[in-house]
Amino acid sequence: MSLKPKSNRELIKNGMFGENTIFRMAISLCPSIAVTNGMKNGLALGIAVVFVQTMVNATVSLMRNFIHPKIRIPIFMLIIAGYVTIIDLLMATYARPIYKEIGLYIQIIVAFASIFARAEVFANKNKVWPSICDGLGMGIGFLLAMLVISFFRELLGKGELFGYSLIAGNPLLIMILPAGGFLAVGLLMGFFNWIDMRFFGGKGASGV
Amino acid sequence: MATEAKTPELIVSVSPHVRGDETVGRIMWTVNLSLLPAFIMSVYYFGPLAAYVTGLCIVTSVLFEHFYQVSLKKKSTIGDGSAFLTGLLLGLNLPPSVPFYIPVVGSLVAIIITKLLFGGLGYNIFNPALIGRAFLLISFPKLMTIWSEPTAQFVALDAKTTATPLGILKEGGIAKLVEVFGDKTDLYMNLLMGSRAGSLGETSVIALLIGAALLMYRGYITWHIPFSFLATVGVMAWALGGDSGFFTGDPLIHLLSGGLILGAFFMATDYVTCPSIRKGQIIFGIGCGAITMMIRLKGGFPEGVMFAILLMNCFAPLIDRSVKARMFGAIKEKKEQKK
Repeated sequence: MSLKPKSNRELIKNGMFGENTIFRMAISLCPSIAVTNGMKNGLALGIAVVFVQTMVNATVSLMRNFIHPKIRIPIFMLIIAGYVTIIDLLMATYARPIYKEIGLYIQIIVAFASIFARAEVFANKNKVWPSICDGLGMGIGFLLAMLVISFFRELLGKGELFGYSLIAGNPLLIMILPAGGFLAVGLLMGFFNWIDMRFFGGKGASGV
Repeated sequence: MATEAKTPELIVSVSPHVRGDETVGRIMWTVNLSLLPAFIMSVYYFGPLAAYVTGLCIVTSVLFEHFYQVSLKKKSTIGDGSAFLTGLLLGLNLPPSVPFYIPVVGSLVAIIITKLLFGGLGYNIFNPALIGRAFLLISFPKLMTIWSEPTAQFVALDAKTTATPLGILKEGGIAKLVEVFGDKTDLYMNLLMGSRAGSLGETSVIALLIGAALLMYRGYITWHIPFSFLATVGVMAWALGGDSGFFTGDPLIHLLSGGLILGAFFMATDYVTCPSIRKGQIIFGIGCGAITMMIRLKGGFPEGVMFAILLMNCFAPLIDRSVKARMFGAIKEKKEQKK
């Protein structure tokens, strides 16, 4: 933890790579396994999370001087739930087919650890603009992780990408089942740790 | 410092003081040897295809292990025979007519993911060959359940497909199974010799028992796991497997069919993934048997040995911890009663 405040660009980058929600922090793993059996679903949930994370961070940051510390958690919860309701209704209206598949997980964004953690750890203590950047970075990091996981799972499990079939033959059915989700997340996490240690001299994340 | 080194009169060293001449390699190669009869029987019944599938599994397993370790600049451990054994067991657990990529994918999962990513031999939680097979069964449910009929002619290139005895038992009951094989004596004889559909190495009970006898004779496996496993299966088949009420089932059919003998003697007894304390091994065997019979009688799959062993693998450390002997002289503290 460096004491020097980070620039806005660094904050975005930090959320995308350095503290990537799924691969470095190992939180919000439930949607990363439940929703990533197709890239379309992963993309939709990722966009919803980018929206909620950014808006929650902005709002919490704006209100941070008015929220009494003792009741901050219920208030964060209300703010998050408000934005989740917005994105839930929006998707239900304008993205009906996807919503039918992953609607439950859109609503469950309320309980995502990553969103709550950033509100508590970052937005509650920082000014508006850095908070927005942090939320954007974290959201995009989550989106990227979802895309990478669902890329491999859909390609190997169905031989398709975004619903277009690419590979003929017998796909590895296990990859679109929950067990394959665990395998994909674990192997990719290991792969990104390896990249970090090999090329950037990091120590590798162990789910801190 | 010019004093001559004297012959020491008293040597003080840490244990172990007595070393046997058994090595990992020697044990593993003996297990490989003990599977030879089963392999020969599989070639006899299913033709050259059996040798091809098993051979491909062995070659890819050994190659994957070698290249993984070489690419990580570690010492290659293919000489100790454990990768060979994993490939052999995986091959003997596959149906006879599988396309070439199934053994390759199975070896990849078994060796790289199940064994080497967990730290190599001795650190894997699950039996590698069984995880390989479970992965394949879930990934390719159709291809992994095409069973060819044994021909015993060495030319089974376009073999007829049929159902395994347990599959028939699940669909049509015991009457149907007896009808398919003629009469009951024929059924038992065919099951014992291995003239039935099934995975390559699991069919010939007699060949497997010869191999198991060699392992027992050398003391590499003890009776605890296999016999508690088989006894549980037998008792549960007798008590619950009958068509007309309790205690009317036929334990012999369940004991002789499926992958039970192969699983009980060669895979449940894997040193790494079973409990190391005798009492724990009996619990382990009973658990395996109970889960096997639950899957066979009530589950969706006709055969449950693989899932039973894998599930009990998870519990092996827990079992070992809970049956650990009390330290000599230690007094158990009385629990304070809650007020």
